[in-house]
Amino acid sequence: MNILVCVKYVPDATADRKFEDDNTVDRVGVDGLLSELDEYAVEQALQLKEKAGEGADDGGVEVTALCVGPEKAVDAVRKALQMGADKGIHVVDDAIAGSDAVATSLVLAKAVEKAGSDSGDGGVDLVICGMASTDGSMSVVPAMLAERLSWPQVTMASVIESQGDQVRIKRDGDTATEVIGATMPLVLSVTDQSGEARYPSFKGIMAAKKKPLDVWSLSDLGVDAGEVGLSVAWSEVEDTTERPPRSAGEIVKDEDGSGAGALTEFLAAKKFI
Amino acid sequence: MSEVLVLVDHLDGAVRKPTYELLTIAKRLGEPSAVFIGDGGQGAEVAEKVKKYGAEKVYVVDDAQIKGYLVAPKAEALQQLAEKTSAGAVLIPSTVEGKEIAGRLAIKLESGLITDAVDVQAADGGAPVTTQSVFAGNFTVTAKVTKGTPIITVKPNSAAPEESEGAGTVEEFTAEISDAAKTAKIVASQPRKATGRPDLNEAAIIVSGGRGTGGDFAPVEELADALGAAVGASRAAVDSGWIPHSFQIGQTGKTVSPQLYIAAGISGAIQHRAGMQTSKTIVAVNKDEEAPIFELVDFGVVGDLKTVLPAATEKVNERKG
Repeated sequence: MNILVCVKYVPDATADRKFEDDNTVDRVGVDGLLSELDEYAVEQALQLKEKAGEGADDGGVEVTALCVGPEKAVDAVRKALQMGADKGIHVVDDAIAGSDAVATSLVLAKAVEKAGSDSGDGGVDLVICGMASTDGSMSVVPAMLAERLSWPQVTMASVIESQGDQVRIKRDGDTATEVIGATMPLVLSVTDQSGEARYPSFKGIMAAKKKPLDVWSLSDLGVDAGEVGLSVAWSEVEDTTERPPRSAGEIVKDEDGSGAGALTEFLAAKKFI
Repeated sequence: MSEVLVLVDHLDGAVRKPTYELLTIAKRLGEPSAVFIGDGGQGAEVAEKVKKYGAEKVYVVDDAQIKGYLVAPKAEALQQLAEKTSAGAVLIPSTVEGKEIAGRLAIKLESGLITDAVDVQAADGGAPVTTQSVFAGNFTVTAKVTKGTPIITVKPNSAAPEESEGAGTVEEFTAEISDAAKTAKIVASQPRKATGRPDLNEAAIIVSGGRGTGGDFAPVEELADALGAAVGASRAAVDSGWIPHSFQIGQTGKTVSPQLYIAAGISGAIQHRAGMQTSKTIVAVNKDEEAPIFELVDFGVVGDLKTVLPAATEKVNERKG
């Protein structure tokens, strides 16, 4: 079985994130890393591999980390390899810069197809994504990817079960908890409730250095440079404004039990009571 | 004026408030048309509700054949309606399901998509301009769609619903659903239990508890009830198994923007701030005076929530008489 995990390189959420002059996210001037929410996707891929390894006749799961992003984004692939992915694919091309989710899903879909035909053993069975990126946080790429591939989507999974080519997940929706089932190949996205992601071990970090890492350009994927990038994005950011810092509030210490009274006075003054 | 399609947000036919907000926004952009995908027998009832908020047409798509499948059939139905009506825009509630429908619809219609708008206004010529809050609420972004039919998902509380009588003409619409859209099956569904408190997305006041509760949410719930508020939680409280994930505020939970947000025993990590930073008024109660949450507050109490919250609850109840 071939599993592709989509991993995104994002600006560190705890750093001072900002925009470029063209209103795109600054992905170079701010320290970047593998999107935290994609670590859960890598973890679930590795768990599926480990489970298959236990069952004797269903072994041979290969986990490939797939990343679309600038040169530095290779760090996200490396992190996935350190965690235990078998190989990496980095799609890098200057023309991709500034792509919206629509174009990103096109590049990913073409990469999934190429990875499938290169594998020579029946293609990709499972694409696993995180629930959202920690920068754009739209949560739409898994659905878009499923649409482009004409595959089922089983998304926002907190619990994943698979048997043969059948996948069942638990999905905590807005109004109900659902069990969703589908047949591979499919696109799966997992939430942060799916299970703590592992840290790379020292052995994993050393082993990652020897793992294969393919670098693909748009022409390798048969994607025309005119189909992606900022200039052809189907939506356009007009302006970005930094929110002014909140002005310092009043802080009281509840040393003598006066805190509750002061709090209630504040709420009453603001007419919340 | 072109039709602006609004996907009705409903629970088994009970129309939810964001629908009225979306219709109010639709009126700014063109002629609002509600799209109800649900039990066809409830179409007339839904039409009565949505016409009060300006729906001129109500397209009723009976979901008997498709409700057992995840999102893809709804995207196909909306695609066919958007093409049939040459819609000027499509507005969809920014829920997990809504965003996935929107994503698929964008590919189908070859149209630009904007998610999680907190405001939508008409620019010159009527084209929608959206406002979004990004990077954990640290930036405000205005954007527009430049290709195809603008598809916009809108967060709850992005507009005050304005009553405005529309014709509410019901039109049954039969969508052609492909087999490819019927591949992800909903095997079982367990509706979320009602809490009797306001919905987190719609609440004017939210009281949230975190690690500092030590697992006892009673002080948080009692203050919430005294204030008529919803109850929320930090990820630490959810991960500890103290409260279900549906209560989580933050990057991987809900993003809320109430009039008043009270954080009790929550340190205020960036992931939590991402979910509440745009609240109008922020109050925190925390034992640790160095907790980053105090950087955000309008009013903070350095103290133990286990004593401060019950005492405050008592005083609030006294004031209410």
